[in-house]
Amino acid sequence: MILRLAFASLAARALTVGMTILAIALSVALFLGVEKVRTGAKASFADTISGTDLIVGARSGSVQLLLYSVFRIGNATNNMTWDSYKDLAAQPEVDWIVPISLGDSHRQFRVMGTTTAFFERYKYRSGQPLAVSDGAVMDDLFDAVIGADVAATLGYEIGAPIVVAHGLASFTEHKDQPFRVSGILEKTGTPVDRTVIVSLEAIEAIHVDWRNGAQIPGQSTPADVIRQMQLEPQAITAALIGTQSRLQVFSLQRAINEYPQEPLLAILPGVALQELWQIVGIAETALIGVSGMVVVTALIGMMATIFSSLNERRREMAIFRAMGARPRVVLGLLVLEAVLMAIIGAALGLALLYAGLFIGQPLIDSAFGLWLPIEPPSMRELWVLLGVVAAGAIVSMVPAYRAYRMSLADGMMVRN
Amino acid sequence: MPDPDPILLLEDVRYRWPGRRAFGLHVGQLSLARGETVLLLGESGSGKSTLLSLICGTIAADAGRVLVADTDFAKLSPGQRDKFRAEQIGLIFQQFNLLPFASVRDNIALPLQFAPKRRARVKDPSQEARRLCRELGLPDDVITTRAGTLSVGQQQRVAAARALIGTPPLIIADEPTSSLDAETQESFLELLFAQSRAHDTSLLMVSHDARLADQFDRVIHMTEIAQTLRDAA
Repeated sequence: MILRLAFASLAARALTVGMTILAIALSVALFLGVEKVRTGAKASFADTISGTDLIVGARSGSVQLLLYSVFRIGNATNNMTWDSYKDLAAQPEVDWIVPISLGDSHRQFRVMGTTTAFFERYKYRSGQPLAVSDGAVMDDLFDAVIGADVAATLGYEIGAPIVVAHGLASFTEHKDQPFRVSGILEKTGTPVDRTVIVSLEAIEAIHVDWRNGAQIPGQSTPADVIRQMQLEPQAITAALIGTQSRLQVFSLQRAINEYPQEPLLAILPGVALQELWQIVGIAETALIGVSGMVVVTALIGMMATIFSSLNERRREMAIFRAMGARPRVVLGLLVLEAVLMAIIGAALGLALLYAGLFIGQPLIDSAFGLWLPIEPPSMRELWVLLGVVAAGAIVSMVPAYRAYRMSLADGMMVRN
Repeated sequence: MPDPDPILLLEDVRYRWPGRRAFGLHVGQLSLARGETVLLLGESGSGKSTLLSLICGTIAADAGRVLVADTDFAKLSPGQRDKFRAEQIGLIFQQFNLLPFASVRDNIALPLQFAPKRRARVKDPSQEARRLCRELGLPDDVITTRAGTLSVGQQQRVAAARALIGTPPLIIADEPTSSLDAETQESFLELLFAQSRAHDTSLLMVSHDARLADQFDRVIHMTEIAQTLRDAA
């Protein structure tokens, strides 16, 4: 019956109570939403590359190598030579190796030279392979395969011509050797979506007439002549390696890092991701902190609401006292009301979160390539909800204690 | 003629409000026999509220004895006094008796929540509340309506039903009729008397209205039993 009375009392103040609950619900939804995006982003980050045991490049920082080879962020300061690549490929531990050559761009998208092995070996989201949604992987020297975002942004279809610019954000273009779109990849939510993929030979081909980053004046070799040439690269940016056995990863990594002919760096993608995540972690903590503060604000709002209701509810408390309720019961009643508000708020917040996920999931996926899974609340989320309710109870102790003092002084008569 | 078994007995009780040096109360003697109806007459400011708070145990006397049903309040903790009040005393106030947001049934059953013995005397609180409402002349469907929607006269009757439920031995009514018009006043008192007689309940009613006197067994003036202490102590 006490519970029924508490509900009835809340219902009688539906407007202010409703607002308080809404504030709690929104803050809870925000907090859980930030958590979802955070874990989703982390998972999405970690999902960008899978199945690759080692990434090899010129010696630099491991995070730097990961960023430019996988995420296409920043640039390689140095290349590794083709000789080293061939040497590595011949190592017995190496099951497969895929070269990557970066440095040119098309519009705002990076161009990556590689071999067709890339389409078999590159895996994302725990082992999912790339799939061609339209057309086929490159067959001809001047064929290009484009990511889903490239196709969507630039409106390219199969057969569309592509002129590759030298360097990034550059005005000098390799106009002599236009490419043709041969295939469009399905959306992956990885940087591959924003990449134009051509063959390694094609990268060489468009640089035939170039020396030291500039076109040799007046020289323009026709495409059919280029096709006859021996197009073997001098250097590549990085290589992805799969080992015969995972046990060999560390010994191979050490061997590469101590490679005598050239300073090379081999990294484990998972370890480098961890390192990268530690750097991003500060922003992550700040984000949690801010959304946590929003929850606290909502709870303080609830405390203020209870405080301001105390005076008008003095009579109600006096009635409880007259009927034999101890002051402790009055205190308990106010805490119970706060807990009820917090529970309803938390539940509503959870409902808001799922409603938001259902509506937002496809939009966020297409806009940011971030896939937020809709799953039942995790243990961690349930703890958060429980924490909100507990915090609500603790916060409400302050006005409840004041009511306790008041009802002790008032007894069953309200003097005013 | 000392009553061997009074329901209520106050002897040489002194009380001074803490922090309010200017006001205190001294009660020489006040006793109420079981089943007796007493009208306590007093002007406002004569210490009626303080006296009622002493009888109900929400404040404790500084000196003297307050006995309700042979139990000395001085021997009880504040929490025990609260429970004892719920068990022994049915209360009706001048107005604002009810929780406006709760149903009439919940309002009537509320004291049972804090008085297990009183609760044990009632088989089915819902049925009993319905019965009391009927006895007090309230319409049958009133039981489920929110108390705040009733007229003042109806609210006072609900308060009477709440005081009567579980048949506590003592009912204290503090100006229960002053917010009612003359006609309603009379019928309310009739019903209250009928119900308290039926259960052999003592009734102590506080009022400033001497016209009600002839309906009670006994009339006491505040000035006969108590002095307010207004000197600076």
